[in-house]
Amino acid sequence: MRPPIVSDAEQSEIRRFLLGRGSSTLQDRGFAWLMLGCALSIFAIVALIATELVLRSQLTIQKFGITFFFGHAWDPVSGNFGAFPFIYGTLMSSLVALCIAVPLSVGVAIFITEMCPKFLRGPLSFLTELLAAIPSVVYGLWAIFTLVPLLREHIDPVLIKLFGWTGLFAAPDFGLGTLSAGVILSIMILPIISSLTREVMTAVPHSQREAVLALGATRWEMIRMGVLRNARIGIVGSVILGLGRALGETMAVTMVIGNSPQIMKNLLAPAYSMASVIANEFSEASDDMYRSALIEIGLALFIVTILVNALARLLVWAVTRGAPPRAA
Amino acid sequence: MTKSNSPSAFHTLRRAATNHLATGLAVLSTILVVAPLVAIFAYLIYKGASSLNLAFFTQIPKPVGEAGGGMANAILGSAVLLLVGSLLGVPIGIAAGIYLAEFGQGGKLANVVRFTADVLNGVPSIVMGIAVYSLIVLPQKHFSAFAGGVALGIMMIPTITRTTEEMLLMVPGSVREAALGLGVPSWRAVLSITLKTASPGVITGCMLAFARVAGETAPLMFTAFGNQFWSSNLHEPIAALPLQIYAYAISPYDEWHRLAWAGALVLILLIVISVSLVRYVTTRGVLKGAN
Repeated sequence: MRPPIVSDAEQSEIRRFLLGRGSSTLQDRGFAWLMLGCALSIFAIVALIATELVLRSQLTIQKFGITFFFGHAWDPVSGNFGAFPFIYGTLMSSLVALCIAVPLSVGVAIFITEMCPKFLRGPLSFLTELLAAIPSVVYGLWAIFTLVPLLREHIDPVLIKLFGWTGLFAAPDFGLGTLSAGVILSIMILPIISSLTREVMTAVPHSQREAVLALGATRWEMIRMGVLRNARIGIVGSVILGLGRALGETMAVTMVIGNSPQIMKNLLAPAYSMASVIANEFSEASDDMYRSALIEIGLALFIVTILVNALARLLVWAVTRGAPPRAA
Repeated sequence: MTKSNSPSAFHTLRRAATNHLATGLAVLSTILVVAPLVAIFAYLIYKGASSLNLAFFTQIPKPVGEAGGGMANAILGSAVLLLVGSLLGVPIGIAAGIYLAEFGQGGKLANVVRFTADVLNGVPSIVMGIAVYSLIVLPQKHFSAFAGGVALGIMMIPTITRTTEEMLLMVPGSVREAALGLGVPSWRAVLSITLKTASPGVITGCMLAFARVAGETAPLMFTAFGNQFWSSNLHEPIAALPLQIYAYAISPYDEWHRLAWAGALVLILLIVISVSLVRYVTTRGVLKGAN
């Protein structure tokens, strides 16, 4: 590493000077404007999506107002729409997913950053990234034919026997339901949580670890006190980001959640989610009110995921800001 | 080392045990995470490989009940959709990345754009589907390959923008200054010096975005819609590999399940190859010389 001759701030100032004033031909200014325009188009796209969703869901927004989100009835034939079963299903399946994915992904992140031998680090992070690259529909296909039978025949009976008294697991069990959706979701959000957790954990300065170790801590105590405590805000951020992903996941959930708009405490019973009701019913929605109801569900999903994402990004940024760039 | 500091032997023992337990749990969770990956790949190859034959790549789907047939139209359709998506997403994405790295550095506007890109990245794909449906399909009154391509293109933009920015920032300032110092107009300096230096990384970003949208199904359900026949017409509904996999997976016919597995295997191979290429390019450190 060669020591920098000019600081970053100076460098960017020099660059801005050269780019801004050093040459101000028409072409240069045109180019700068073009680039700016493309950058702003991202802004325009988000705004366009938002206005379009709001406009197209006017019918139900005006007819039902806020009660749309608390109504239990979903009856397209009589034009009565309430989105609560879908909100409930989305929340429950995401909750199950988080319960499974969070401990596992933090465990993987700890293993990769703190424990694993160097030669394994690259391949392991590659494998978890690969998990993120598998398309949702392939997860769904796999879930239908292997995960659901596996759960139904081997895991659910055990859960019913052990935890049946809580009411969360009860027969009859078709394999399709909140639990299956949650399990497949957890696999899908694992990579995003673990890669971000890894990033915030690497951002914890080495001096923290050394200080705790110097006091005679075991490795686990070092991780708990030196690393996890410092990275906790970032870890919470990545978990929220994972939640955002889980809320909007469509295909895999649609394929295994059972698609039945009912509100059940039983996790083995079929349910429905916001994304999957859109996927299933949108192309059949012939009248405007029906379509408007589905678009309003989409709008709700859009707003919630934007809020969740913004919050998560802010938390992750707060921790990794100013951290040295991660090693490849 | 810990012995001299701890008050009792029991205490030490407990701490050591906790340490081992935690290590064991971390290893266990790693195994549990890698297991589904291995399971999915093994099962895909086991189920899909036997159904891959020439017909799969050359024929269109047979009607229900008839054996054979393939997904050739879906492969063509996916290619068309990805081409339209790339034509829209790649230039806008790269240009926005150039703005963030070269012109807007440190500015408030750049921060807002960066944040918006991250937010756009998190918008569920199904929402993108209904948004493009109401933007393009409703006014035109028909499903079209064009609408599907637009949906995919929009989804490519944030990934490309963020990687382009990251890669451009890795190009040392001296390279830019050298170019500008020689009197090259700034637009040429950015395009043929800075962007060119960073091009392996930028291409990486494009391929990542490509791999991500190649498997998208939800935004295509109400835009490209799917098609059982040959079509490459931008104004008509078009078949796509993920759509076809979905339709076949939820169908009750064994023959179609077989095709779904084969389709999934083809899709995953396409994605794994591009992700591995990306990995190869980034870890080989094409940009190493620049640092």
